[in-house]
Amino acid sequence: MLALQALHRLLMAAVTLFGVAVVVFVLLRVVPGDPVAMMIAPGASPEDVAALRARYGLDLSIPEQFLVWLGGVVTGDFGTSISLRRDVLELLSERLPATLELAVAALLVAMLVGGAVAVAGTLARRSVLGSAIDGFNGVMLAIPDFVWALALVLGLGVMVPLFPLTGRIDPTAADGFSSRFYLVESLLTLRFEVFADVASHMVMPTLALALPLAAIIARVLKASLVEAMGEDYILLARLKGMSETRLVLQEALRNAVGPTLALTGVQFTFLIGGTVIVERIFAYPGIGNMAIDAVINRDLPLIQGLVLMFGLLFILVNVAVDAAVAALNPRLRHG
Amino acid sequence: MADAGLDAAGARAAPRRRSRTGAALLAEPKVLVGGGFILLLVLVALFAPWIAPKDPLEQDLMLGTLPPVGFAGTEPGYLLGTDDLGRDVLSRIVFGARVALTVAFVAASLAALIGTVLGLAAGWFGGRVDAAISRLVEIWMAFPPVLLSILLVAILGAGLHSVIAAIVIIDWTRFCRVVRAETMAQARMDYVTAARTVGFPGFTILTREVLPNVAPVLLALVSLEMGIAVIVEAILSFVGLSVSSDTPTWGGMIAQGRQIVHHGWWVLAFPLLVLTLTVLAFNMLGDGLRRALDPVMRR
Repeated sequence: MLALQALHRLLMAAVTLFGVAVVVFVLLRVVPGDPVAMMIAPGASPEDVAALRARYGLDLSIPEQFLVWLGGVVTGDFGTSISLRRDVLELLSERLPATLELAVAALLVAMLVGGAVAVAGTLARRSVLGSAIDGFNGVMLAIPDFVWALALVLGLGVMVPLFPLTGRIDPTAADGFSSRFYLVESLLTLRFEVFADVASHMVMPTLALALPLAAIIARVLKASLVEAMGEDYILLARLKGMSETRLVLQEALRNAVGPTLALTGVQFTFLIGGTVIVERIFAYPGIGNMAIDAVINRDLPLIQGLVLMFGLLFILVNVAVDAAVAALNPRLRHG
Repeated sequence: MADAGLDAAGARAAPRRRSRTGAALLAEPKVLVGGGFILLLVLVALFAPWIAPKDPLEQDLMLGTLPPVGFAGTEPGYLLGTDDLGRDVLSRIVFGARVALTVAFVAASLAALIGTVLGLAAGWFGGRVDAAISRLVEIWMAFPPVLLSILLVAILGAGLHSVIAAIVIIDWTRFCRVVRAETMAQARMDYVTAARTVGFPGFTILTREVLPNVAPVLLALVSLEMGIAVIVEAILSFVGLSVSSDTPTWGGMIAQGRQIVHHGWWVLAFPLLVLTLTVLAFNMLGDGLRRALDPVMRR
């Protein structure tokens, strides 16, 4: 039953992804603005322009172009980027690891910070400190990643310059990697100096992405925790003499984490979307930063590849969250 | 006849209800603080030419990157300093409020209008109408909003109209989802059944009975959306896809400040501060409206 449900959701997601691909493809082609005109030198002959259009398949009709593109995607050929003149799939696989490391790091930090605030707020729920935490968190909820990123630029980049403002790695340290997962690989190969360099580049973009999500997690988890603390099993454990901290961490947390987890999944997709502007602000070389350039340059093959990549990430996150929620909830597991 | 009787009763009850709502609004500190700040900002935007101490476009390279008052090397008359082209930061923030608020009010209202109409339809008619609209919302939301807005503006061409259109096209779903759920809940209430029994046509019940009850949630949502719209405009200005660069915008100033942050932090800091306060104010107002107008929460 559960497997069938998952299959159904996966199928619906695939349909949605296909729909998005069609819409983007058509939209990008009916608008004025010729990508070829933007890349060719002024004074080129009409024959040159026509030859270039033919090379990128832009001389075909829109349905024909779509079929050619779709046929390519199915066989792993995403076309050639017009502005960077390189294979789209190659570009994506070069940039994706940077974004993945950033997004996952931000997710972990958000869960850690949000969880800690929720637990602290639950323990202090009847005191002034508790209301202070709630009030502070309420303000945090309203501040988006864009504002965080720029505030961090000012605070930790300029006023107290602790971390590098741009990039992902010191260029002199970028050699000798066999993958593009710099953070993970440098840790696994025990190159701690390189690891520290990559990590310090990631601190600010990670925080900018993590803090809005942390605020959401803190609020939802705290609400569930406070509710759980009123249950009978907590009363029983309290009568047995268990400390409040252990009550929250060992008893309530396990039962309260479900709704937060489901919500975190949805919010994680927003976080991935947020990488677009945050990567831009820190000149971080991920797919988000590349997406802005691709759009500005009207690089059709690259935009399509990026849209598909983002869509795929969203679907994978949703499937993973569904699985995690089901695994943690015994009622769903056996139901 | 029944109509006239009901209307008369309604008219008698209305003023008292209205004054009570007004009192509840004024008793809510979040409405006062958030709303007060927004009101102030609206006045600043309206009277920008009289409030701004300088011409926001006037460049003077001799007076480039002057620090704000209180730091070494300031010139009198430039309270918050100047940018690298010698333009007065304070005056540009004052004029930037015009673009920010225009986008906030127009985009949020249009998104609310479209979302409310579709949400009411989905919640009221249910069945296939609901299924079609809900599926549309789902497809819409499968897209990262920032990427979609940049994509839309790139397609529509940079400019104020495109920014507003992009926000409306993306964010109507927020209203649609909430209004749909709220309409569904209201449609099951006894007063709707009563109105049906009396013989009111469906459209009348929807607009005169259901809509006013959905309004508090809707109003709070509009306020939140205005905050979102201000941010989206700033992001698009930051990327260089909003209004042309000779119109001062907070996002444009922030982008400029980001580039010269090492020797002119104030060009980034002050617009960012105003942007943040504006977003917080819209959020507070929305939160306050929800508390003040929701009879359950009021009690």
